[in-house]
Amino acid sequence: MTAGTRSLPPGRYRFRHVARMEWVKLASLRSTWATLGTIIAAAAGIAVLVAAGTKTASGDLTNSMMTGMFAGVLLAGVLGVLTVTSEYTSGTIRATLAAAPRRPLVLAAKAAVFAITTLITGQAAAFLAFLAGRAALGHGIAAPALGQPGVLRTIVLSGASLALIGLLGLGLGAIIRHTAAAVAVLVGVVYVGELFIGQINRTIDTYLPAYIVGDSIGGRTCGPGAAGCPLPAWAGMSVLAAYAAAALLIGGCILAWRDA
Amino acid sequence: MRPVIQVRQLTKRYGKTIAVDQLSFDVRPGVVTGFLGPNGSGKSTTMRMVLGLDAPNAGQAQIGGRPYRDLRWPLREVGALLEARAFHPGRPARAHLAALAAGNAIPRARVEEVLALTGLEQVAGKRAGTFSLGMAQRLGIAAAMLGDPGVLLLDEPVNGLDPEGIRWIRGLLRSLAAEGRAVLVSSHLISEMALMADHLVVIGRGRLLADTTAAELATQAPSLEEAFLQLTGASTEYRAARS
Repeated sequence: MTAGTRSLPPGRYRFRHVARMEWVKLASLRSTWATLGTIIAAAAGIAVLVAAGTKTASGDLTNSMMTGMFAGVLLAGVLGVLTVTSEYTSGTIRATLAAAPRRPLVLAAKAAVFAITTLITGQAAAFLAFLAGRAALGHGIAAPALGQPGVLRTIVLSGASLALIGLLGLGLGAIIRHTAAAVAVLVGVVYVGELFIGQINRTIDTYLPAYIVGDSIGGRTCGPGAAGCPLPAWAGMSVLAAYAAAALLIGGCILAWRDA
Repeated sequence: MRPVIQVRQLTKRYGKTIAVDQLSFDVRPGVVTGFLGPNGSGKSTTMRMVLGLDAPNAGQAQIGGRPYRDLRWPLREVGALLEARAFHPGRPARAHLAALAAGNAIPRARVEEVLALTGLEQVAGKRAGTFSLGMAQRLGIAAAMLGDPGVLLLDEPVNGLDPEGIRWIRGLLRSLAAEGRAVLVSSHLISEMALMADHLVVIGRGRLLADTTAAELATQAPSLEEAFLQLTGASTEYRAARS
């Protein structure tokens, strides 16, 4: 009886096994559900406050109702960071990699499970924010409807942006491995950078995550030739996706090459 | 019998420090092999390299003729306890085991079996961060046993266990070896190894000092402890001043 001759089931561990492992890990932490619940509550709650404070129907009301998604995006990003860094802090990463030593497969499974979870949460938060905000609008203000141009797109993309920033956080976690440092970089990239660069260069500004989430996705437009016009909604989403993909790719390489 | 773990010329450097230095040894099935050395002698680093967690600078470690990363169902082939508390403190013990089981398609019922085996049924639903060191070690052993593996690697498994726990693990490892499994267990406690291990691999400063049996080592000095201290004397990192 040796490792090679013991009776083993045919085949080998695959993506679906590792994905199930990652799902059990994600779902078995109370903090996961607390964070996801907070994301939805913040989105809906802030939408109600914004709607209740709206005095005129001028401006993009749908985009205003997505204000609370800003908080959700940051929480999703931090949850993404923690999904990886808490494994390093606790030592779980070594149990994970002992079960599944093909490391790119582990990060891919982690990212897939996390993406689906945050995508569902993001859509729930965005639609709930829209419905709650609409209900809270004062009398005499025409509420936006799902059938109006751009409304559905704004909601769906807001929800999806939550998953993309979450994946950016997950990738940063794999690159940096330390919770505090990775969260600092995430907040720096997503929020603080926008404050600084927004003052210096309006064109670069339009490519920053906060600007995309806040303005591109809402479909805000401006006159031709004006500096700092938001990217079109889908272009903005593509840029966010590229950030997440780049972070995951670099994180995957570092995970594969460095000692665990 | 054919060795199950083969370590060949394994070398690991951290900057200028050599943690493991051209180390070669075998672990055979059916016996408990004690992996012995002073603190900082490279035992844990060696085990991490065998498990593919750390990459060696030179040499290789193979399990059943293959590097760890090529195992088809790693947890069903090798069980490992590396450090106590290698789990998320907020995750219940049962969920920790269930996650690992899912990763290697191990039936869910096996989770309950290893919980019973390690005496953790009563606390399986509690968050693992609330566990004492002894319970944490038991959870680590439960995880190692999850896939009913033919090879076991345990790094300092008696740490934090009370005398009853130590006796339990001694019996467990001996019976696992008697079933034909290969068991590699590290310790810096020679007295414990003398009771537990049939074969001894002794290292110091990352180098092989002896590859022998406990009985044979004991013949080289008045006591086994004395023999161990003579062997490792030149390679101990810190030593109290002799009075």
